[in-house]
Amino acid sequence: MSEDVYVLGIDMIKFGRFPDKSLAELGAEAALLALDDAGLKIQDIEAMWCGNLMQANNMVGQQVLQQIGQTGIPVVNCANACATGATAFRDAWLAVKAGAYDVVLAVGVEQMGKGLLGGPGGSRGIPKEGLLGSMTMPAVFAEAGMEHSRKYGTTFEQFAKVSVKNHHHSTLNPKAMYQIETPLEQVMGAEMISYPNTKLMCSVNVDGSAAAVLVSERKAKELGMKRAVKIRASVLTSDPWQERDLVMPDVNTCTRLAAKKAYEMAGVGPDDIDLIELHDCFATAEILHYENLGLCKDGEAGALIDSGATTIGGRIPVNLSGGLLSKGHPLGATGIANIYEISTHLRGEAGKRQVPNAKLGLTHVIGLGSACAIHILEKAA
Amino acid sequence: MSEAAAAKPRPAVDFLKIPENGDPYLEGHKCKACGSMYLGERTTCAKCGARGQIEAVKLSNKGKLYVFSIVYRSFPGIQTPYVSAIVDLDGGGTVKGNLIGVEPDPKKISFGMPVEVVYKDALGRKDREGNSYLSYFFQPAS
Ligand SMILES: [Zn+2]
Repeated sequence: MSEDVYVLGIDMIKFGRFPDKSLAELGAEAALLALDDAGLKIQDIEAMWCGNLMQANNMVGQQVLQQIGQTGIPVVNCANACATGATAFRDAWLAVKAGAYDVVLAVGVEQMGKGLLGGPGGSRGIPKEGLLGSMTMPAVFAEAGMEHSRKYGTTFEQFAKVSVKNHHHSTLNPKAMYQIETPLEQVMGAEMISYPNTKLMCSVNVDGSAAAVLVSERKAKELGMKRAVKIRASVLTSDPWQERDLVMPDVNTCTRLAAKKAYEMAGVGPDDIDLIELHDCFATAEILHYENLGLCKDGEAGALIDSGATTIGGRIPVNLSGGLLSKGHPLGATGIANIYEISTHLRGEAGKRQVPNAKLGLTHVIGLGSACAIHILEKAA
Repeated sequence: MSEAAAAKPRPAVDFLKIPENGDPYLEGHKCKACGSMYLGERTTCAKCGARGQIEAVKLSNKGKLYVFSIVYRSFPGIQTPYVSAIVDLDGGGTVKGNLIGVEPDPKKISFGMPVEVVYKDALGRKDREGNSYLSYFFQPAS
């Protein structure tokens, strides 16, 4: 096996709405923060991966370099739905793992409008939305949640508790879009978007960026291991064939496949993990992923949220950053922002939301269509 | 009214078939090698990879509700609320559509309830040339 790869520098901007800034400016901010965090300059970077979804044909990575230093390095722009940022990170990891480079940069950046995600359905003929059911994202994930209700009796209230928890966590995260408590009555009483997902159970569309500097083991030893984070596993999957997947995008099977591979690669199990950032694009999704990631047995996710085990201070805290529900979900940045959150805990720098003695953390994102990326990260020193 | 608008309605989706003589129906495409069912034509099976084994089959108009969501917020101009439903048809094939003839209330809708496929005008929606469309809907069956 080749040498390990480390995150040496990583950071994100506070997520929000920045209509007056360009996409390149947003990406540049995170890139510079990550370079500063690593104590490196752009001249030290040998290659760059840039994740962005909505402007994927605009050479966003090169645009970022035009803001921070055009050194002539190779740049790869990548798009993979909501797994875009994690895919950029993973491909940067692969290149270092393969021995091609010692120091690389991965950037994820997105500028979002407000409103619903999901297409109105078909360019030919007539619009299909509201005629052949709904392909809006809140409805698609509502239906995925209802499958869990069908199998195990999971309730609207249990789904809503995910939102209460993640909004609570974000009050401790100054980089989250929102720092507001949302009690259960408020979450359940909010405008119903697609039953059982209310407005407070849908992720927030925000602008944002995050970036990471990845280095080889040799380079990490040279530059200092003190704040380095070791990448124990990096896995990407697509959706294996499923009976209903033409009409019901399947976020479960690709996650289970990725989790199995990631635990094997890291040589650990779910019980060894101290904290998790998972893809809570909707409150319903978080419940599914408790089981998909092996945090509890199948059918026990409702009881897990009820028990408080995934809340700060619990057995396995999930989405301490506030998650996509409250930190915000700038599609291309999300994957790297999740890795930032875990890295911050492993470094012991997470302030009021710090998991004591965190040694091992896991990140998970899903891009519908589908792509699943999982990373397992470990405190290096 | 243009000539096209007066003509018989077009199918809202390719897998809805309107025979010259006879009732409309939904068409599936089934892999002879592994039995998996698709909506829409294809040459290669996504499950088993078999080539040239896909045949067109007529899907049942009866099925059972698998899951649903009640949609209150949709794109501009789309009337809400409505019930977005995923139905497993008897004999194979899973189809998504609107469940009609029920109150949009989770207490009034149950998983596994029997439904039938009915064919009606596509909620008055017309294309740019003014053509009418026929669509399919699910409604509770006794
Ligand atoms: Zn087949």
